[in-house]
Amino acid sequence: MDALGDFLRVYQTTIGVIGINALLALSVWITLYAGQLTLGNAAFMAVGAYASALLGMRLGVPLPLGLALGALLSAALALPLGLAVFRLRGVYLAIATIGFGEVVRVVLLTLPFTGKALGLNGIPPITELWHIYLSLVVVAYVLWRVQGSTVGRAWAAIREDEVAAASQGIAIRRYKLAAFIAGAAIAAWAGGLSAHLNFSIEPGDFGFTRAVQILVFAVVGSTPSVAGPIFGATLLTALPEILRPLKEYRDIFAGLILMGVIIYLPRGLVTLIELRKTRRLQEIGAADVA
Amino acid sequence: MLLECERISRRFGGVHAVADVDLAVAPGQVFGLIGPNGAGKTTLVNLISGHLRVDSGAIRFAGADVTRLAPHELSVRGVARTFQGVRLFKGLSALENVLVGRHARMRSDVLRRLWPRGAPDRLDRERAGLLLERVGLTRPYALAGGLAYGDQRRLEIARALASEPRLLILDEPAAGMNLAESTRLRDLMRALVAEGLTIVLIEHDVRLVMDTCERVAVLNFGRKIAEGPPAEIQASRAVREAYLGTEDVA
Repeated sequence: MDALGDFLRVYQTTIGVIGINALLALSVWITLYAGQLTLGNAAFMAVGAYASALLGMRLGVPLPLGLALGALLSAALALPLGLAVFRLRGVYLAIATIGFGEVVRVVLLTLPFTGKALGLNGIPPITELWHIYLSLVVVAYVLWRVQGSTVGRAWAAIREDEVAAASQGIAIRRYKLAAFIAGAAIAAWAGGLSAHLNFSIEPGDFGFTRAVQILVFAVVGSTPSVAGPIFGATLLTALPEILRPLKEYRDIFAGLILMGVIIYLPRGLVTLIELRKTRRLQEIGAADVA
Repeated sequence: MLLECERISRRFGGVHAVADVDLAVAPGQVFGLIGPNGAGKTTLVNLISGHLRVDSGAIRFAGADVTRLAPHELSVRGVARTFQGVRLFKGLSALENVLVGRHARMRSDVLRRLWPRGAPDRLDRERAGLLLERVGLTRPYALAGGLAYGDQRRLEIARALASEPRLLILDEPAAGMNLAESTRLRDLMRALVAEGLTIVLIEHDVRLVMDTCERVAVLNFGRKIAEGPPAEIQASRAVREAYLGTEDVA
């Protein structure tokens, strides 16, 4: 028990960041599950981070309320943005959402109350590990249940074939928008938790690099299941810690591992688990089921 | 009339894909739509199902103007279709494909799903299973993309039927089917019509068209060149010329 206590103390920040990254990975997973490549979630994270930090520091709003308001603001921004960008598909959709990310970053650099390039410092570090992991459990459970619902099936149908999905009575635009807004709210919630874990935030934390990182978490973990993004975020966040003995070479190894996963497990790390399941089913002669 | 098209037209650039076509489909019949390749049959179907907008003209379904409606709105009103070349949700199981087909008839169950023990779609799954049996598919959990081509065509019909449509549009359903399969398809269509469904059938298989259709319309270069009972159409000189050229070779 003491050993566990020590472990938690030493790695508290890393464990917290893993949970936050898992939430972010789930936030982009929703749109990926519906077959839409969006890269706006770093910006939505920024909205949540700044909103909850400013509300807490200037107005004394308690953390849960600040997180909720940040998520609400983010969802409110996602609605008109989604209406505009979901006329686009594929790469064009991705680029349009990157553009939104840049707009948010520049706005944060310009507004009088966001601390400009210096960002916000001295944010009270009141995020506890259980806040993060309770959020993660709730979000993962809800998404897991939604996957099997009429909405989850509609998202999957849109991903598989948009034209055919429309013929089955699915209002394509509305479902894409719902996925986008839900993702924006979750990213903002994670951003708020992250701001109160780290003392300080600045616009550079939420740029293009961050957007790509979130996407990589989800893709490496695999998109078909809720466990994938959590798995991917955990591994990729812990990897630099695990590779610490390699010192200055560790980023090279982290990059190589990433390349290996993408090349040999294109459907993500979760494939490893599925492979075992399929093999077992083949043994009992029920491969069709998988 | 269940479906009425009134002088509908659609151009792509300078090409009149569909030009001034009038169509009236009475309820409870199989209405054939034939014509040489490129005659505009699939474009016409896309206009009716809302995947394309007409440039001019009007479409009425069950008495209501549906000219400007989107595909999902038409699905809710009872128009279902299959696609030339099959468009299934390949990564989903056969059963899930049919369940997606029921989307327009299912209430959203997201909130009920949050309770861990809920299986609110049990009845829908049973009905989907029965539909699969009806079209002759025996492996509900097989991935749609892994099915044989004939099976994929039949799965697409099951998916279309899942929405409990009033009008079913089949775009070349027998393509790639052998004689036994197309005979089973004919029997299925007859049974469905006996239950009150209306079918618009686009098909190259002359035998299937002659066996099932009560009326047939012939398209050529986007225009309707003939319409009538199948026997009349078969004897028509204009139709023979459309298929074989102007020199009378038959």
